[in-house]
Amino acid sequence: MDYLLFGYFAGVIALTAVFVVAFRNPVYSALSLLIMFFHVAGLYVTLHAEFLAAVQIIVYAGAILVLYLFVIMLLNLKTDDRYHSQWRAAAVVGGALLIEFLVLLAGSLSAPPAAVPRVDIETGDNTLAIGETLFSTYLFPFEVASLILLVAMIGAIVLAKREVPETPAS
Amino acid sequence: MMLSAHDLFAILPELLVIFAACAVLALDPITPAAKKDGLAWLSLGTMAICMGLTAARFGSPTTAFGGLVVIDNYSCFWKLLLYFVTGLTILLSLPYLKEERIYFGEYYGFVLLALSGMMVMVSGADLLTIYLGTELMSISLYIMAGLKRADAKSLEASVKYFVLGAFSSGILLYGISLLYGSAGSTQLPAIAAAIAGRSPDDSLLLIATILIAVGFSFKLAVVPFHMWTPDVYQGAPTSVTAFMAVASKAASFGAFMRVFVEGLGGMRANWSLMFLLLCMGTLILGNIVALVQTNVKRMLAYSSIAHAGYALIGVVAAGRLAPTEAASAISSVMLYIALYAFMTFGAFAIIALLRKGGLEGDEIEDFSGLAKRHPFAALLMLVFMVSLAGIPPTAGFIGKFYVFMSAVHAGLTWLAVLALVFAAISAYFYLRLVMVMYMREPEAGTALLPRFVSSPALSIVLACAIAGVVFFGLYPDPIVNLATQATLTLK
Repeated sequence: MDYLLFGYFAGVIALTAVFVVAFRNPVYSALSLLIMFFHVAGLYVTLHAEFLAAVQIIVYAGAILVLYLFVIMLLNLKTDDRYHSQWRAAAVVGGALLIEFLVLLAGSLSAPPAAVPRVDIETGDNTLAIGETLFSTYLFPFEVASLILLVAMIGAIVLAKREVPETPAS
Repeated sequence: MMLSAHDLFAILPELLVIFAACAVLALDPITPAAKKDGLAWLSLGTMAICMGLTAARFGSPTTAFGGLVVIDNYSCFWKLLLYFVTGLTILLSLPYLKEERIYFGEYYGFVLLALSGMMVMVSGADLLTIYLGTELMSISLYIMAGLKRADAKSLEASVKYFVLGAFSSGILLYGISLLYGSAGSTQLPAIAAAIAGRSPDDSLLLIATILIAVGFSFKLAVVPFHMWTPDVYQGAPTSVTAFMAVASKAASFGAFMRVFVEGLGGMRANWSLMFLLLCMGTLILGNIVALVQTNVKRMLAYSSIAHAGYALIGVVAAGRLAPTEAASAISSVMLYIALYAFMTFGAFAIIALLRKGGLEGDEIEDFSGLAKRHPFAALLMLVFMVSLAGIPPTAGFIGKFYVFMSAVHAGLTWLAVLALVFAAISAYFYLRLVMVMYMREPEAGTALLPRFVSSPALSIVLACAIAGVVFFGLYPDPIVNLATQATLTLK
């Protein structure tokens, strides 16, 4: 069953990832990316990382992809052929990555697996665990993060608000 | 672990600064335009209270939030410096913002929020806390750099700083996550314990160390990660430039040394070699490129790059020395940055209020004949330039002296000699400005002669800066003792 699910998710991820670069219409590419994000989230669920799956959907599918779509629509890029003739650069980068992958694969097959601290995520509810840690041990960084969001929000308003008058409005 | 009164009391200065920032932001819309200066005085009052609170903590170290935050002498030293610089920034902004016609009450809110980020950075003992502090500081600074909205250069500075800063944060975070994967914790003492027995050539640790070093190098403006500095320093409002050049550099050095000394001390053979290369590159490029600048703000940007290089000498020496002796090398870096704060801030304050019509007189040409028109401003600039060049009896000489001594102790005499050669080269571009002020007449037919806009607030800023430069140049013992007591110990 696990293999079947993995096969399905991994297959769809690989396929939609190819679609992202193969489609000529950027909106189709963005939507393929969306399907890919959902399937990556599915993969996380099979690994018992429900929290990560939820974050994947909320942050990537919900926020980042919407941002992509906004940009595509604002720039009105329907079909753009400029970026489809870069196969030389793509071949160089792809070739380098392929060689790196093969070298790493060869290295990991010959060397014994390194001792990495394992975290047992299958016991208990990891969303609950993360929530508890976030609001007890990591309360301080959590609050600092909320301040960062506050600064970013106010900053965006200050930089974008209407033209300021030349003299103080007194 | 529950939130306790002890934890809240430990971060009381941070809470006060954040509270004051929120108060400024909330009071801004309901304050009449004529009374906006009150927001600055509120911020200044907060600085004074925080200074008292932090000074009272000096000598009684404690930790809070389960070790995520440490209040030790080291963090108190940096915080005192940061309050001081922030206070000067607020005072400088009072006349400067009026001249530039920047009427954002939020400005002081951003200054305080950036300060709170810096405070989190220097008292963080956990990579996550330090990273979030860095982000809080950086995001506030990105916005402040773009506040001169009518000026395209200011917006360019903001966008450039933001894009490169986002990259550097990504790299830093990548290094932090690899280190977490390798050491199993983000807390610095736990990391130090986890890597204590490991070979320093462990490839995962090495990659993590390099990435974290690159992330911090961006913030410190160390060559080759300095590309953003000249454009950002030139484009940003000068009060913000002064704040960035001094406070953000001090906070970054504070967090950077804590991470590498307390967390990655076991890797010091590797990182000291890496910083040696960065340091040499920074000294050479910073000083050579400053020679050809025609804009004073750009020249000071390259000078601030070069000064990061001088300070790095102390970090390199700390990595080479035995743990018992490394403390003095670290304190020499702290001393260097503290003294650098006085002279750099003074120089930027003079540039900010040298006005040419509605604009800043920030070209070297604008300084010609200044000694005749404004002899006092020219004299102050002369002292700041002499101090930046490191000529005795100014504070700049004391800073360089201690850093070079730590290099000699670490057996890096050749590095001290190299740095000395570049200090001599740097004297050329610092003293060229002095020459222009005293020896050259403004070109005939220049319609607008830059004039120096004086005000009580500016006088206080300049008095503090010059007092620091001259007093610590003649009698450095108080600040040397403070840095010695506040230094970190390499475990």
